[in-house]
Amino acid sequence: MMPSRWISSAAFVAALIAAPAFADDNVVTVGLILPMTGQQASTGKQEQAGANLYIQTHGDKVAGKTISLVVKDDTGAPDVTKRLAQDLIANDNAKALMGFGLTPLALAVAPVATEAKVPEIVTAAATAMITEKSPYIVRTSFTLPQAAAPMAEWCLKNNIHKVVTLVADYGPGNDAEKWFSDVFEKGGGQVIEKIRTPLKSPDFAPFLQRVKDDAPEALFVFLPSGQGAEFMKQFAERGLDKSGVRLIATGDVTDDDQLAGMGDAALGVVTTHHYSANHDSPENKAFVEAFEKANPGMRPNFMAVAAYDGMALLYQALEKTKGATDGDALIAAMKGLSWVSPRGPVAIDPDTRDIVQNIYVRKVDKVDGALFNVEFDTIPNVKDPYKASKN
Amino acid sequence: MSAFASDEAARVSRHLLRRRRWRPLEIAAWLAPPALILIFPSRALLINEILILGLFALSLDLALGFGGLVSLGHAAFLGIGAYTAGILASRGVNDPLLGLLIASALAGLAGLVTAPLVLRGADLTRLMVTLGVSLLLGELANRNAWITGGADGLDFTVGRLFGVFALDFTGRRAAALYSFVVLFVLFALARRVMRSSFGQSVQAVRQSRLRAGALGVPANRRLIAIYGLAAAYAGAAGALIAETTQIVSLDIFDFHRSADVLLMLIIGGPGYLYGGLIGAAIFVGLRDLISGATPEYWEFWIGLLLVALVSVGRERVEAALARFARRPYLTRPGEAAP
Amino acid sequence: MLTILFDGVAYGMLLFVLACGLAVTLGLMNFVNLAHGVFAMGGGYITALLMNRAGVPFLATLPLAFLIPALAGLVLERLLYRWLYGASQLDQVLLTIGLVLMAVPAFDYFLTDQAQQIHLPAYLEGRIEFHGVSLGAYRLFLILVCGLIAALLQIFLVSTRFGAQLRAAVDDPRVAAGLGVDVERLFAVAFATGSGLAGLGGALAADVVGGVDPNFPIKFMVSFLIVVAIGGSRGIAGAFFGALLLGVLDVAGKYYFPSIGAFIIYAVMVTTLILRPQGLFAKGGA
Repeated sequence: MMPSRWISSAAFVAALIAAPAFADDNVVTVGLILPMTGQQASTGKQEQAGANLYIQTHGDKVAGKTISLVVKDDTGAPDVTKRLAQDLIANDNAKALMGFGLTPLALAVAPVATEAKVPEIVTAAATAMITEKSPYIVRTSFTLPQAAAPMAEWCLKNNIHKVVTLVADYGPGNDAEKWFSDVFEKGGGQVIEKIRTPLKSPDFAPFLQRVKDDAPEALFVFLPSGQGAEFMKQFAERGLDKSGVRLIATGDVTDDDQLAGMGDAALGVVTTHHYSANHDSPENKAFVEAFEKANPGMRPNFMAVAAYDGMALLYQALEKTKGATDGDALIAAMKGLSWVSPRGPVAIDPDTRDIVQNIYVRKVDKVDGALFNVEFDTIPNVKDPYKASKN
Repeated sequence: MSAFASDEAARVSRHLLRRRRWRPLEIAAWLAPPALILIFPSRALLINEILILGLFALSLDLALGFGGLVSLGHAAFLGIGAYTAGILASRGVNDPLLGLLIASALAGLAGLVTAPLVLRGADLTRLMVTLGVSLLLGELANRNAWITGGADGLDFTVGRLFGVFALDFTGRRAAALYSFVVLFVLFALARRVMRSSFGQSVQAVRQSRLRAGALGVPANRRLIAIYGLAAAYAGAAGALIAETTQIVSLDIFDFHRSADVLLMLIIGGPGYLYGGLIGAAIFVGLRDLISGATPEYWEFWIGLLLVALVSVGRERVEAALARFARRPYLTRPGEAAP
Repeated sequence: MLTILFDGVAYGMLLFVLACGLAVTLGLMNFVNLAHGVFAMGGGYITALLMNRAGVPFLATLPLAFLIPALAGLVLERLLYRWLYGASQLDQVLLTIGLVLMAVPAFDYFLTDQAQQIHLPAYLEGRIEFHGVSLGAYRLFLILVCGLIAALLQIFLVSTRFGAQLRAAVDDPRVAAGLGVDVERLFAVAFATGSGLAGLGGALAADVVGGVDPNFPIKFMVSFLIVVAIGGSRGIAGAFFGALLLGVLDVAGKYYFPSIGAFIIYAVMVTTLILRPQGLFAKGGA
């Protein structure tokens, strides 16, 4: 056989495995695990930029410790996410894990967080039940019920009573469908049809034709960010915008990352979400300006702000524990924390460890020639309705 | 039977027996992973991933390297194994060994059932059929969320191995050793099978189906059998992924899994059983190393390696390496007799 | 009903336009070119960037979306592909997967991972009412352009001397060379044509599929392959009718049975390949 190949690969693996893992008591390593390649890569990029921006603007020192951020690519595969999480804890001595682009990726790490007593800060995945899977999970992004339920209330207030829902067929989509419909029907509205579209490269034409045949007053949509542009184009192309069907959605559809390139087809779409790059506050102005300076050509979206707030949460918790990095102490410190984020006032619900935040009703409009989600109504301090309903 | 024929038969079986013996280098190589797991417990997980992917690549080696059946959808069997183990565990059947057995049996069965589809047509048809089957299964798993958890993934708790060793985060060394033992047992079995008269006849079919047929080897039955065996191995790899990570998601059926395993096997070299293991070590090692440095762009370098490998000519690379030392495991037909 | 049929045809044309370049490289030249999507992405980016950054009108960008990928295809063919014409399809798969793995991060690095949108001129937007059926203008445009491409290609590759030589060279390069055909040049031109068509296809499809982003070659790889696998080798007509069939079945299936939507396209492919391993429209005995 080939001793040379054997020996070289064995030496390579041995060197890799023995790679020195330094442990410095004054360094707090934070593992940021994200899909940096593949379909979800744009989530990873935004999150990485958001987390880095926080360190850049607030310095890497907090409570006498130096924060070191280690970014890992999990390619969107949960077994890799889990392996990386374990590696980061066992080998790099990570004191907190952050990121997690999709629900299964966040769930994969939950048992590790529980066993190792390391906080898992979820800054992307949005299925409601995630935080119930481990007492060490805290979330700074949002939950879909949180975004979808207020949309139903807004419809009822604005005399919309007949709606068709169209969601991507996976966990968050089903969450969005359920919470929109439940609240809407309880308030006297009527959901004529519930359509689910396949998650991978769908052609919306046949589904939109069904919508056209149903002729509802409004179409409620949830799609993972990235499919929004295509959807809106086809919506307009089919003439649905002119036939009096209002397009309403969660903010994923008019994601700030993509919105600028979407064109006039997106104008007038009403969405409910927790963050718009156009949010009018001094905190947000400073955030957007710094972000665009550090990442030319990119506009921060809700993923970037969630990662930014994830770092903010960790910094504040470390200050509260005076630099102690023990997982139980950190989680205890995080519970009930509140601060002003670029998206507005936020807090961590001490009971559910999920984020409490304002949900804004927005409309796509031109601001200085570029498309933005312009906020026109606020529903303050929304808790995740899924967990609230269980108590 | 003439005296000559029985003489010849005895000589062949002596030759096969001799080739079944384990050589010192092989033994040394097999001692390395458990030693590494014990010495560097913090990297047990990386080793675990290498071992499992090595088993998956070994499975592809059986189908491709020995049977000559190309596949762009080998993840189908990985997924069947992983979901079987996962669903069993989530329904209370959480003994790891039992899960492993049922998972690889089911995957093997799926291999036997789909093998006739793969035998038809040329390589291109095979690539497309295997790809199509894995995509169909992925969609099936997505549709039946009541049992698979759909796009949210399926999380579950696996019981202790033999009721003693936990396979979770604290038991990560036990988990890696468990994967190692499974890999070793299955490898030894594959080694034994490939050096039996059955294994020889499978290779004869790959080299020339016509000639093997003329010698009285039932070509299609041999290929179906080896494909089923390969599928069972992939199922075992899937079960190991499920049990040592305690989550399964739709990603397991994804195209990139099938493509990655193909790359691993090619990097290590198909047709002598060790190629998949070496390839998995190099692939995972490189990925860990490069993606540590550039998490967004590591794929570029893997791609470059692949393009270079193919352009220089895989055969030439292998031949150059073979010149260093004769390969005792891969015997070309002409060399069978000493 | 008629609207569904029209949508199906339009979707089929979209599939065809994405896959027609591959119908040349894989279908005719028998090279498993998984990197087809890279050329298509290239075409899409050329059109999008020229329109968005230089203000070039949509139609004017299309020739460049053909020419630049064709040139790139020619270069790659001379450097890499040509060594593998006679090699196993496994080697071809490996080379082209490698190219895809390189192209995705490279495009990401230079052009960011944000999708580049194409904004159609006003005369291609909106809908046209026709005997009670309303048709999307751009879809109608796609159908016309695709029909034209298919017809031209079929004539070029089947009825001309070039086409006859190409088919002969694919079947048996040695004999063809012996008969005085310059096989190398022939393959280079055919490959460049396939790459150019891929680019044109990417440019035409980009608007409907939500813009181009660096993941384009992976996202649509399966779609291209399915069309060519169903259409079979030997000719553009196969891919054309294969795409039509798939488009109509897929759209009708999703409209009438939304719950099994995504199955249909895979199931059609696997069944076809089981029943007719050479593709649905292959000539008998091919």
